[in-house]
Amino acid sequence: MKDLDSIIEQVKERFGDAVESSDRPFGDAVLTVRKARIRDVLSHLREEGFDFLLDIAGVDGLHLGRCERFEVVYNLYSLAGDMRLRVKVFVPEGDMNLPTVSDLWGSANWAEREAYDMFGFVFEGHPNLVRILCHREFVGHALRKDYPIMKGQWATGTSDLKPDLERE
Amino acid sequence: MAGSQEMDPKELDDSGPPRDEPPAPVELDIADEMSLDDLDVEPMYINIGPTHPATHGTFRLFCKLDGERIEKAAVEIGYLHRGFEKTAETKNYTLVIPYTDRLNYCSGLVNNVGYCKAVERMLGVTITPRTEVIRVIICEIQRIMDHMICVGANLVDIGALTNYWYFFNAREKLNDVLEALTGARLTYSYIRVGGLAWDLPKGFEENVRAALKTVPKAIKDVEGLVKKNRIFVDRARDIGVMSAPDAVSYGFTGPCLRASGVNHDLRRKKPYYHYDEFDFDVVIGERGDVYDRVFVRIEEMKQSLRIVEQALKILPGGPINVEDKNVVLPSKDRVHSSMEELINHFKLIIEGVKVPAGEIYDAIEAPNGELGFYIVSDGSGKPYRIKVRPPCFYLMNGLKKLIEGHMVADIVAILAGLNIIAGELDR
Amino acid sequence: MGVEGIPVTKHETGFITTRLDEVIRWGRKNSLWPLPYATACCGIEYMAALSSIFDIARFGAELVRFSPRQSDLIIVAGTINYKIGPVLKRIYDQMCEPKYVISMGACACSGGFYDNYATIQGIDQIIPVDVFIPGCPPRPDAMINAVVKIQEKIDTEPQRGPRRPERERERSR
Repeated sequence: MKDLDSIIEQVKERFGDAVESSDRPFGDAVLTVRKARIRDVLSHLREEGFDFLLDIAGVDGLHLGRCERFEVVYNLYSLAGDMRLRVKVFVPEGDMNLPTVSDLWGSANWAEREAYDMFGFVFEGHPNLVRILCHREFVGHALRKDYPIMKGQWATGTSDLKPDLERE
Repeated sequence: MAGSQEMDPKELDDSGPPRDEPPAPVELDIADEMSLDDLDVEPMYINIGPTHPATHGTFRLFCKLDGERIEKAAVEIGYLHRGFEKTAETKNYTLVIPYTDRLNYCSGLVNNVGYCKAVERMLGVTITPRTEVIRVIICEIQRIMDHMICVGANLVDIGALTNYWYFFNAREKLNDVLEALTGARLTYSYIRVGGLAWDLPKGFEENVRAALKTVPKAIKDVEGLVKKNRIFVDRARDIGVMSAPDAVSYGFTGPCLRASGVNHDLRRKKPYYHYDEFDFDVVIGERGDVYDRVFVRIEEMKQSLRIVEQALKILPGGPINVEDKNVVLPSKDRVHSSMEELINHFKLIIEGVKVPAGEIYDAIEAPNGELGFYIVSDGSGKPYRIKVRPPCFYLMNGLKKLIEGHMVADIVAILAGLNIIAGELDR
Repeated sequence: MGVEGIPVTKHETGFITTRLDEVIRWGRKNSLWPLPYATACCGIEYMAALSSIFDIARFGAELVRFSPRQSDLIIVAGTINYKIGPVLKRIYDQMCEPKYVISMGACACSGGFYDNYATIQGIDQIIPVDVFIPGCPPRPDAMINAVVKIQEKIDTEPQRGPRRPERERERSR
């Protein structure tokens, strides 16, 4: 089983300039990857033994002063090697489409739905990309920094789940 | 104690044919003009929840049935979405602690510990030895309490009502100890960044030991009623089986992952707070069915009792908060008498604990699995973004796979075995 | 609670006379069948109130019925957000008269400390409430006190005819 540094070096060699940076804030390993090659990097990492996708987090960096507003963070863990790695992608506001990884890891299914619900990332190829936490009549994306926190939206009823049955 | 419902130990081994094989087809005597293929068979759609006793109030299942078997299911959650993550961005780090209590409200202190552990790692403070051991004792007591609610409710949903009372009575004794310690019954908010809110009261250790004496008896009563009970075994063995690779792919952690046979426990893999010095076993199941999930939890309760005993023996004296004036509030008598302490207190309350900019992910072995906090800080006293990695969310994601192919009555057994707490699921 | 509180007249011939209202009142208040609409943490405290240590069965309200058609007291314990609001309203409408509502906990009374885009700031925005229980979560004793208050409320109301005439008029329009 390779150790974490050699896996990161291998990713950098194989994907060249798709890997923007890699550093260790507070001791955790973080790789920043370009949006165009994110799926290739993640499937390579899955083959290298990262069989757990713990979480997909979205961050709205509006007040952090970056050039691209959003970021998506994939939190990976390897059971056999006991290694943790986070893979970050910066996503500009104008183009929030990302490839899905729900066929690589089953846990990505709902994690991507939540990222869509809260921020508006569109994961292409996802079997059922609808809102999961907010109700389906909700307009807007709640965790963006420009969504006012006090703005509630009434729902008029419960949603029809028959299309969901067929899709997933 | 043998009863008429207790199974012979020979019957419990599974060398025979699988129990839920469908019966052999029956030859029907029908006229030539009609055949079974002419019968108009439509699937039936039923909606379960969100107001249903077995869904614990807060999620919805929509199922397509073929007779009694579920062909397809769709799960809808979000009925307790309370906007924790957005609210946390408007409060400072200490004010977020009561919100974390309400994530997995059956074991509120464990969420507090997980959150404070992440913030402390980001700040770079090391908590005092006494606080570490107190946090271990509290987390293990909460683990016992959480498993009691889960197993009790699970058995009630299957139909075994008495176990609920046995467990709840023992749980109330433990809750009395925690109420004397923290002042609250369910949402304790006792842990602070850098230590604890206040020190242990007098007589805490004796009270804990006395309360823990009721737990083995309750476990023994429940096991005696349920472990070899024919009805329970028929309803729980080989129901809702999740194989180990599937469990890993779906992101299962905690007792449900260990019931599928995967040896993964953060207390062993990435030990924190002296867990590597304690002697306890990680309980692993074999098949990943409902039976294994229930009994992994019961065995984990026994292991937690061992850990608390050992922790009480090594409990050191000393201060409970770190000596860092940027993190911990000064004591009240100094605040009222010294000018610097007064200003320090003022700044900490108004501006909050200032955490260096950056991001961190830190996780703890909560009773339900890996509870992680991904915190992004911009250098101020308020968190820029907190993302919770809830164990229940990923367990619920796997529910669809678990129930398809089973009968409607099995949904209840499977669902309750996953220990879905909506506060954590929806945040 | 026994038969105290009902004004009866005992006759030597072995009969008791009383008013119909009193008997209905006695029956209704001592056998409230709750529908626990427990969504969040207050649900656990409600479960503790049902357990043998706090024992709400002393007051007759232990028979939980999860169906709105079979219950007359709905205990909303926990946060109600905009997604589940229509469901709560529908369940309330499906209950038969006379029906009573207890709003348990800070979140149900006023939204609690979740003052944001997702939470309804108090269920009295969608259904009429009889008793509010503050607390986060309230102790099981407070829950039992609320049931006693509902019983006292039943004592003061006429037992025949709709409880809320203005809502009946609106619905039949």
